[in-house]
Amino acid sequence: MQAIVTDGLTRKFNGLTAVDHVTLQIKKGELFGLLGPNGAGKTTFIHMLCTILPPTEGTAKVAGFDIHQNPDSVRAAIGIVFQDPSLDNRLTGRENLDFHGRVYGMSKIQREKRIGEILKLVELEKRANTLVQTYSSGMRRRLEIARGLMHHPKIMFLDEPTLGLDPQTRRKIWEYIQMLNKQEGTTILLTTHYMDEAEYLCDRVGIIDYGKIIALDEPEKLKDQLEGDIVSLEVPQPRKYAEVFRGSKYVKEVKVVGDYLHLTVTGAEKTIPKLMQIIARHNGKVRSVGLRSPTLEDVFIRYTGRGIREEGGGVKEEMRLWAKASSR
Amino acid sequence: MSAQAIYVLWLRDMKWFLRAKARIISMIMMPFLWLAIIGMGLGAVTTLPGDEPYINFLTPGIVGMAILFGATMSGISVLWDKQFGFMKEILVAPVSRISIMLGKVFGGTTTSIIQGLLLLLVAGLIGAKMPGFAGFFLVLLFMTILAIGFVSLGLAIASRIEDPIAFPLVVNFLIMPLFFTSGAIFPLSTAPGWLKSIAHINPVTYGVDGLRGAIGVSGYPEFPLWLDFAVLAIFSLAMILLGAYLFKKMKA
Repeated sequence: MQAIVTDGLTRKFNGLTAVDHVTLQIKKGELFGLLGPNGAGKTTFIHMLCTILPPTEGTAKVAGFDIHQNPDSVRAAIGIVFQDPSLDNRLTGRENLDFHGRVYGMSKIQREKRIGEILKLVELEKRANTLVQTYSSGMRRRLEIARGLMHHPKIMFLDEPTLGLDPQTRRKIWEYIQMLNKQEGTTILLTTHYMDEAEYLCDRVGIIDYGKIIALDEPEKLKDQLEGDIVSLEVPQPRKYAEVFRGSKYVKEVKVVGDYLHLTVTGAEKTIPKLMQIIARHNGKVRSVGLRSPTLEDVFIRYTGRGIREEGGGVKEEMRLWAKASSR
Repeated sequence: MSAQAIYVLWLRDMKWFLRAKARIISMIMMPFLWLAIIGMGLGAVTTLPGDEPYINFLTPGIVGMAILFGATMSGISVLWDKQFGFMKEILVAPVSRISIMLGKVFGGTTTSIIQGLLLLLVAGLIGAKMPGFAGFFLVLLFMTILAIGFVSLGLAIASRIEDPIAFPLVVNFLIMPLFFTSGAIFPLSTAPGWLKSIAHINPVTYGVDGLRGAIGVSGYPEFPLWLDFAVLAIFSLAMILLGAYLFKKMKA
């Protein structure tokens, strides 16, 4: 049984293609992650599935309902946590939840019971009756997640759920997301540009870049494609050495990211000294050496030739964080 | 359409209103100054037909003004909702746009009526003529129908504007001329013909006339009350339809 099926879903903005013919199936009960840099089209994709943005082309079924023919049924079946804040700051936490419950047609008894449950889940019982204005950004995020859950949605969309939050709060939110997926059996589609988030949480990950899904599998399988470990060498003129290593029998793949050379190798313990020798032969000097197992970042680099956080949206994200901070 | 959605949007407006005490005071401050300063100042040198004291004549005009501005300005809540992102939460809910719009219309209408009544009370305290028992319900009726029309107009404008600073400017630009040509501060019977013509196509004129008739200011209503009511009802209906149409096209 599929929770979400998209068929050639496309959205263009003034000639710019934000989402480019995405065809995707997400199973019921799955925790699916859409991983990609800022501006890759993740939010646009979610907005189309939530029926607040009409697609330019293609269609999708969400919870069995067509987004064109049955938008109201789609809306009733989904919950969403938007990337940007969407709470009423002048109401209390409880009032925000109550508002949501009413709009989704819940009775007073249902609302009261559910509000108690979800406030407990996101640990906001003590602050439930104070104005959202006084909440920290982590608390607001938790309240938004709680609100998305309020009406027992079959499918939950989480758009960058931990953007701009501190590490402890992120951990907490990860726990809620897992609980929600496991205990309530909710299908989850989350977007993120944090590798660790996608890796830690998701059953399957779709890597998206320039509106296209370029890789789609379980995180482990995606990483297995790289077959080996990643050695990163900090050297002056990494591009020069990239050429040197490209023909080398020790190295499977070479990527340059900033001042670093990322080399995919097998048997790294024995290979590293050889790599150092090669650099020494070219009169080079290695400033630092790192060895690690491949991450989804490496998978992304492999497919796109660049790092996820290297470009695009840096300023935009800062602005967004700044806006979040100043709206407190 | 969903009654519960309409109700909850109305409820939210009420909560906001009751929590913004400073707003309530500042909203009736301007009309109060009009009443007190213009009313006293001009009242001393003005003789009206039928020897009605100027303050009695002015009060319904200023109550109409309070409703007019309060109602139209209430559309700004849409801009705040857009600004703070709450509009997305509303628009993604499984309720029709028309319910959302009607909830906002009722919310804005209620708050403007409260402002109008507070002002009427203040006017009574400084000696203006008050309506009788039946007149009071007529006053309420005219306040309501006037408010519904202008709240809808405010919402229609708000749905097309993104900038909360631009909104009051646009609204003032539109509302000020309506207020000045409505006969709220001077009698239309003695006004030049061109001004009368403008007044006759201004819906606020009929609101003010209805309020004067309901309170029982001598020489009023100038038009039959049913006509005042009919003009305002048609105007309000048109504004609701306009607002509903523009709301439907609004993006979060």
